[in-house]
Amino acid sequence: MNDTICAISTSLGVGAISIIRVSGEDAIKKVAGLFSGKDLTKVESHTIHYGHIINNNEIIDEVLVSVFKAPKTYTKEDIVEINSHGGIAPTKKVLEILLENGIRLARKGEFTKRAFLNGRLDLCEAESVNALLSSNTDLERKLALNGINGKVSRKIKKVRDIIVELMANIEVNIDFPEYEDALEITLENLPPRLKEIKKELENLLDEAKVGKLISEGIKVAIVGRPNVGKSSILNHLLQENKAIVTDIAGTTRDIVEGELELKGIRLKFIDTAGIRKTEDVVERIGVDKSLEMIKEADLVIHVLNNNEELTNEDKEIQEKIKGKTKITFINKSDLESKIAIKDDYITGNTMSDNGLDNLKNRIIELFDLEKLEQSNLEIVSSTRAINLIKEALKHIDNAINNISDEIPVDMIAIDIKAAWDALGEITGESYQDELLDTLFSKFCLGK
Amino acid sequence: MYDCIVVGGGHAGCEASHIASILGLKTLLITMNIKNIADMPCNPSIGGTAKGIIVREIDALGGIMGVVADQSHFQIKMLNNGKGPAVRSLRAQADKITYPKIMLETLRKTENLEIIEGMVEDLITINNKVNGVILEDGTKIEGKTVILTTGTYTKGNILIGSKNTPGGPHGEARSNFLSDNLKKLGLTIQRLKTGTPPRIKKSSIDFTKMSEEKGDDKYYTFSHDIEPLYEINNQQKCYLLYTNENTHNIIKDNLDKSAMYGGYVTGVGPRYCPSIEDKIVRFADKERHQLFLEPESLYYDEWYLQGFSTSMPEEVQEKMVHSLKGLENAIITKYAYAIEYDAIDPLEMKASLENKIIENLFTAGQINGTSGYEEAAAQGLIAGINAHHKLKEIEPLILKRNDAYIGVLIDDLVTKGTGEPYRMLTSRAEFRLILRHDNADLRLRNIGYNHGTIDEERYQKLTEKQEKINEIKNILRNNNIQLNEKTKEIFRNNNLEVPTFSTSYYILLKRPEMKIDFIKNFIEINASNDILEEVEIEVKYEGYIAKAYKEAEKMLKLEEKEIPKDIDYKDVLNLASEARQKLEKVRPVTMGQAARISGVNPSDLSILSVYLKKKYNK
Repeated sequence: MNDTICAISTSLGVGAISIIRVSGEDAIKKVAGLFSGKDLTKVESHTIHYGHIINNNEIIDEVLVSVFKAPKTYTKEDIVEINSHGGIAPTKKVLEILLENGIRLARKGEFTKRAFLNGRLDLCEAESVNALLSSNTDLERKLALNGINGKVSRKIKKVRDIIVELMANIEVNIDFPEYEDALEITLENLPPRLKEIKKELENLLDEAKVGKLISEGIKVAIVGRPNVGKSSILNHLLQENKAIVTDIAGTTRDIVEGELELKGIRLKFIDTAGIRKTEDVVERIGVDKSLEMIKEADLVIHVLNNNEELTNEDKEIQEKIKGKTKITFINKSDLESKIAIKDDYITGNTMSDNGLDNLKNRIIELFDLEKLEQSNLEIVSSTRAINLIKEALKHIDNAINNISDEIPVDMIAIDIKAAWDALGEITGESYQDELLDTLFSKFCLGK
Repeated sequence: MYDCIVVGGGHAGCEASHIASILGLKTLLITMNIKNIADMPCNPSIGGTAKGIIVREIDALGGIMGVVADQSHFQIKMLNNGKGPAVRSLRAQADKITYPKIMLETLRKTENLEIIEGMVEDLITINNKVNGVILEDGTKIEGKTVILTTGTYTKGNILIGSKNTPGGPHGEARSNFLSDNLKKLGLTIQRLKTGTPPRIKKSSIDFTKMSEEKGDDKYYTFSHDIEPLYEINNQQKCYLLYTNENTHNIIKDNLDKSAMYGGYVTGVGPRYCPSIEDKIVRFADKERHQLFLEPESLYYDEWYLQGFSTSMPEEVQEKMVHSLKGLENAIITKYAYAIEYDAIDPLEMKASLENKIIENLFTAGQINGTSGYEEAAAQGLIAGINAHHKLKEIEPLILKRNDAYIGVLIDDLVTKGTGEPYRMLTSRAEFRLILRHDNADLRLRNIGYNHGTIDEERYQKLTEKQEKINEIKNILRNNNIQLNEKTKEIFRNNNLEVPTFSTSYYILLKRPEMKIDFIKNFIEINASNDILEEVEIEVKYEGYIAKAYKEAEKMLKLEEKEIPKDIDYKDVLNLASEARQKLEKVRPVTMGQAARISGVNPSDLSILSVYLKKKYNK
C-alpha cells in the first residue's frame, strides 16, 4: 500500500500563507492527532477547518486545514492541506512535526506520480507533468500545462470519437443486419468519412510540428566559406542575449554550441565543424565537414561577405543547401558592397549594437514565432504521441487504398480499428467496451 | 454414485449431459419437467449474427445443437451474405415443438445418460468440494461433479405491470433455495433481468399489411456432417411491420404502469435487448421501430412478435398490439413479460467453467450471466468436457480468443464479468476474420479430436478436407492462365476485364470481381462447394487473414506470460487501487488476461510486469 507523504507545496517564504500538503492512507488520522479544533476524522470531505497545530502541548501555528477524502482528490488518496502562516520558520516547524510523526517527505513530483498511478491522469497528461518539470522556457511550460489539464488528450479523444462512431455504425450493420435505421456503410460512402478522419489526423501532425519547435527548439547551422564572419555572428548573438554558452553534448549526435531564446523558442546553434575555433582550423577541417551538419539543421544561415564578390565556393554552398529552410545573410553591411546576388537576402553586421536585428526578425517571420506566442498551445508534442498519430494515419491510408481494391467493409473495419487503437495508446486507453457502449447508446436495437 | 450430475435440461444442460456421457461419464440429467427439455421460451430461432458461428463451433467440437437445428427448422438464412466472409452467419427459424422433441430423442439414445424429473434445492459439499445434490423432498443424489444449468429458474420472478409472480417461464415452479444455498457456500449472487414479447394467434393477423421475409434460396446446414433436410421452396415466411405514433403515445401514457419504469424491477436488463418502452424513452426522436412476426411452430397457431418485448400490464399490451398495422384485431395468446432471476458472478469461475470456491462444481448458461440458447449450449459443452477432464485429471479444454467465439465468450465472462445478460456479438471478437462460419471445422475439429469428443471417422473427413484445400491451392499457384483469343473471349462474355499478362490462377483469384467458379472455365478443379468456397476466401483475403494471425500472435505472446497462482497483489507496490481490487477478484492466469480487465491500465501492467520480473524472474 502507499505510505503517507507530505511536502510544502507553495514557495517557501514568498506568500502570505504556505500550504503543506499531506497525501496517503493515514493523512487525515495523522494530522487530526496534531490538530486542535474539530475532529478531522469525522468531518465531511472537501471542508475547511480553523484550529491550531499542537505538538507536546505547545501551539506551533494558527492554521486552516482542508480535508479532502479519496477518491475525488488530486492523488485519488485522502489529502489534508494545512494552510499555515507564510513565514519560513512556522511552515518548516509544521513540516518537521509531520515528519516526526511518521509521515515521509515526498520526493519531487511524487504527488503527480501518485495521481497518474491511481488513474487520475492519463498517460498523455502524465507525460506532460514530466515535460513541465523539465521545461526551460515559458512556452514549454504552457505547452506542458495544457497537456496536464487534458486539453491535448481531449483533442485526440475528439478524433477517436469520430472514428468510434463510424466503427459502431459498421458493427451495427454487421451484428444487426436487418436493422434499417442505421445507415448502411458501404464502399461508396466510406471514403469521404475516412478522408475526414485523415484530415483531422494531418491537422494534429501539422500542429505537432509547432509543438516540436517549442519542446525541442530550432536547430540552426551557420555556414559560409572562411572569413565571412560566422563566429563573430554567433558570438554576437549569444553574448547580447546573455545566453548560456555551453559545450554540453546534446541528446542527438550533434554538438550544440550555444542556445538563444527568441520569442520563447530556443535556437540551438549546431557546431558546424568548429566554427567557433580559429578560422585557420576551420580551413583545415574544410567546408565539406560543415555541410554534413547541415542535414541536421532546421534552419541554415548562409553567411556571405558584402565586401567581396561571390566566389565559386559561395556558389557551391548555395547549391548544397538548396531545399533547406534557409536565410542568406550578407554580413559586413558597414563596408562597401561588392556583392551581386539574385536570391532573397538579409543584410547586417556585427559592428553595431542592432546589426543583427534584421536576421532575428527574419527568423521570427520564417517560423511564425509571433503567432506561436499567441496560440492556445493545445498541441501534441511528445515524440511518442506523434509517432502513434502517424501510425493511425497509416492505417487510415491503408483503409482508403483497400476500398479501391473492393475489400468488404467489415475488413476495412480492421484498419479503422487499428487507427483507433493507436490513438488510444496515446492517452493509454484502448478497450473494446468503449465501442460497445457507443454502439448501444447510438442505436436502438433489440428483440 | 454418478460421475456427473447436470441440473437443468435447457440448452446448456442438454449439451453438457450429452458430451459428458459421450466421454464415458456415468451422467444424470435432472430436469423439473421432461416435457421442457431444450425448451425455447423466447425467440423461435437458432443462430443469428455471431451466434450462428457458435452453433458451427459447437458442432465442430462434437456438440448436438447444430444437428438438431438442421432437423427442425422451417426457414434458414445466411445473414450478412453481401458482406465479407468473416461476418456471415446462419439463422434458422426452429420449430418450437420439433426442436425439443428431436433433442430429447437424441439424449434418450445417448449411452451412459439417465434423465429424471426433480427440483434441486441444495448441493452436498465436503470441504468446499461438491459431492452431489439434494432435491426439494430431501432426496440426496451423490455425484463426483455437478454442472448447474438452471437458467432463469433460480428465484425466477415473472413481471407483468405491477404483478409479480414467483416462477420460471410458462408459469412453472422455480427453485426457491438453490441460489441462497450457493450464497451460503460463499458465492456472490447477482440479480438479472430479461424479457419476452407477446405471442399472437395466427388466424387473427392480417398479413396483407406487412412485408414478407423469406428464407434463402441456397441450401445450408449448421452441421458439418449432414446434408440439408429441407426444401428451399417449402420454407415458411416471416413478416416485417412497424410501430407508429399511436403505439408510441400509448406507451408514453402508460409508462408508470410498466414493471420496468414503475420501479418494480431490481434486476439489470440487457442493453441489446431493450423492451419497447425502453426504446421509446431512450430513442424518443425515432418515429417508428421495426418489428417482426415469426411463426413458432408448424404444430400450433402462435406467432412471436419480435421487437415488442414489454413489461406493461395486460390491458395496455392489448392497446399497444392493436395499434399496429395488421394487428388491429389480433388475439394475444400469451402476454409479454419480464423475468428476474439469480445468477452467479462469472468472475468467480475459472476458464474451465469450474467454480473457484467449490471444487468440481461447474456452471453454464444463464446462471453465468449470459443470454441466448447458443451461448448457453456452448458453455454446456465446455463444462461437460471439463467435468470429465477434471475427474480424469486431464488439462481442461480452454479455447483461446483466436480459436473460437466460444473462447471469446468464456474469456470475457471470467475476465470482465458481466453486469447485464451477456450476448455474443461479432464486435466482441477482435479476431473475427479468423473465426469464420466456413472454417469452424478447420479451426476446431482437431481440438475436439484431441479431447476425445470427435471420433476417428469425422477426424478423417477433416484431414481429407484440409488436404484437398491445399491441393487446389497448389493447382492454382502452379498454373498460369493462357491468354489466347479463346480465353479472352470468355472474359469478355462474362463482362470481366481481360488480364494484360499471363498470371497464375492464384493471383487471378485475388481480383475483387473474380470467382473460383469462373476459373473452372480454364482449368479442371474437382471439389465440393464448401471446399471451393474455403479456397476462394483464403486466397482472396490472404493479406488480411495473415494480418489477423499476426495480431493474434501478439496476443498469444502476452498469454504465454503466466502470473503465478500464489501472487499477493498487496505486495505489488504502486498499483492503482481499482486495478488491485480487480486483479484480486479476477486473479488472471496470464498477463494477456490481466490486460483485458477493464480498470487495469497499461501503467498497472508495467508495474505488475516489473514486480514479476523481480520476484519470480519471469
